[in-house]
Amino acid sequence: MDIELQRVGFSYAAGTPFEKRALYEVDFKIDSGTYQAIIGHTGSGKSTVLQHFNGLLKPTEGQVDIGDYRITAGKKAKNLKEVRQYVGIVFQFPEHQLFEETVLKDIMFGPLNFGVSKEDAEARARELITLVGLPTEVLEKSPFDLSGGQMRRVAIAGVLAMKPDVIVLDEPTAGLDPRGQKEIMDMFYTLHKEEGLTTILVTHSMEDAARYADDIIIMHDGKNVLRGTPRDIFADAATLRGYRLEPPRIVRFQEKVEKLLGHPLDTVCLTEEELAKSVAKHLPKERGK
Amino acid sequence: MDKIIFGRFLPGNTYVHKMDPRAKLLFVFGFIVVVFLANNTITYSILIGITLFVMLLARIKPSFLINGLKPVVFLLIFTFLLHLFFTREGDLLWEWGILKIYEGGLRQGIYIAIRFAVLVIMTSFLTLTTSPIAITDAIEILLNPLKKIKVPVHELALMMSISLRFIPTLMDETDKIMKAQMARGSDLSTGPIKDRIKAVVPLLVPLFVSAFKRAEDLATAMEVRGYKGGEGRTRYRQLAWHSRDTLALVVLFALAGVLFYYRG
Repeated sequence: MDIELQRVGFSYAAGTPFEKRALYEVDFKIDSGTYQAIIGHTGSGKSTVLQHFNGLLKPTEGQVDIGDYRITAGKKAKNLKEVRQYVGIVFQFPEHQLFEETVLKDIMFGPLNFGVSKEDAEARARELITLVGLPTEVLEKSPFDLSGGQMRRVAIAGVLAMKPDVIVLDEPTAGLDPRGQKEIMDMFYTLHKEEGLTTILVTHSMEDAARYADDIIIMHDGKNVLRGTPRDIFADAATLRGYRLEPPRIVRFQEKVEKLLGHPLDTVCLTEEELAKSVAKHLPKERGK
Repeated sequence: MDKIIFGRFLPGNTYVHKMDPRAKLLFVFGFIVVVFLANNTITYSILIGITLFVMLLARIKPSFLINGLKPVVFLLIFTFLLHLFFTREGDLLWEWGILKIYEGGLRQGIYIAIRFAVLVIMTSFLTLTTSPIAITDAIEILLNPLKKIKVPVHELALMMSISLRFIPTLMDETDKIMKAQMARGSDLSTGPIKDRIKAVVPLLVPLFVSAFKRAEDLATAMEVRGYKGGEGRTRYRQLAWHSRDTLALVVLFALAGVLFYYRG
């Protein structure tokens, strides 16, 4: 399912003295099946833009196409619920959305709202709880008895249970320990690869964007300003810093290596392995071996 | 959620904004009493005039006012209709079956509606031009004498400022949770009433959970920083009474006098 934004503008509290402009002429298309990262510093409008992907916010200017469904500024939108079935959003700190008596019921909430039968919803919950890395016993517990990290996983399972075509992730790992972060990001990446889930990652972690995304869109002051593959984007660190973003640590490390070597390496490296190989080429071969 | 004007503060730099919050509070309370003196066309016109004058003085847009009245519009119409149909004085104007409208009823209905509107508008001027913190400070100082009879004035003021402080936070939180549940297919705005009431549960449970958690965190943070109540506490924000504040109260007394003179 493609998502296309055409000259989208958005203001919060439009028409009141508290009106606050958040987006200006945002224009981009996210193709079905890609892993798209949207990055930008705090207040760049990335969280606002993601709420347009399933009609939670309606543009005050321009239009949004979600598959065959079109939301135009100023027109009343119908059947938004249908769209929401296809585009799942994992909000920042999604554990705040848990409310049911048991984890099982909470995961089933989404599917039941979209008319999935009780049996199917329960089957999905049982399947997903292991996918997100929790034991099945958890299903019978109250979500409020779980740890923060476990609650996060339950909430993610609750969104995945809707079987969306597109999943939007807003800082899905904020506040987790490094190991939990990696586990969750790897799980989404596997889902993306195996199920062909279109994944939109909204983040300010350049590391995650560099590691997982096929394509990166940079937001700055409510506009999309730059787009390209991670390699292209991170090759130009100066431009990136102009948008108040720091390149990933691995790229910064490469910058330091290049400074010491006195000349640049062949390509921009996005992972430790790539960088190690690149650097090795420039090291003098040990004699006698 | 963005449309609720009542209780919001619009920063500004007008005569009304600069007034001491204590003066504004006293003025509004005085005004509420004085409004009840009005009972004929002249006195009600004076009240409307004063309200419009304050609006101009505070540079509040009329559109803003109409928005502010929206939440109470139902109550306004309800009281109007009640008086219209149940006050039986003066000449009969209109009759249809058991429904009878008398001249006195129409008059009374309009008066009460104006009285109600003027009260709501004047109090919303107070909150529109005064920051919630300033209002709380003013209340604490004005109630200070009650400490003599063991009323916990400082604690009450603290409770008030804490709740005021967390209104926007809870609003944001509500908005966030609402969106998260809507993204999971929960439907708050369509369908039969029964389903809509059910759809509130997924909203309220997380909201309460986070409100309690926040309260606990705040209590811990206050204790950690050695908070022990109002005893011997000095103030960061000092209130200053100027001649304009005295003038406002003089105007209020003059208004009372004028209304008393012209009332029927």
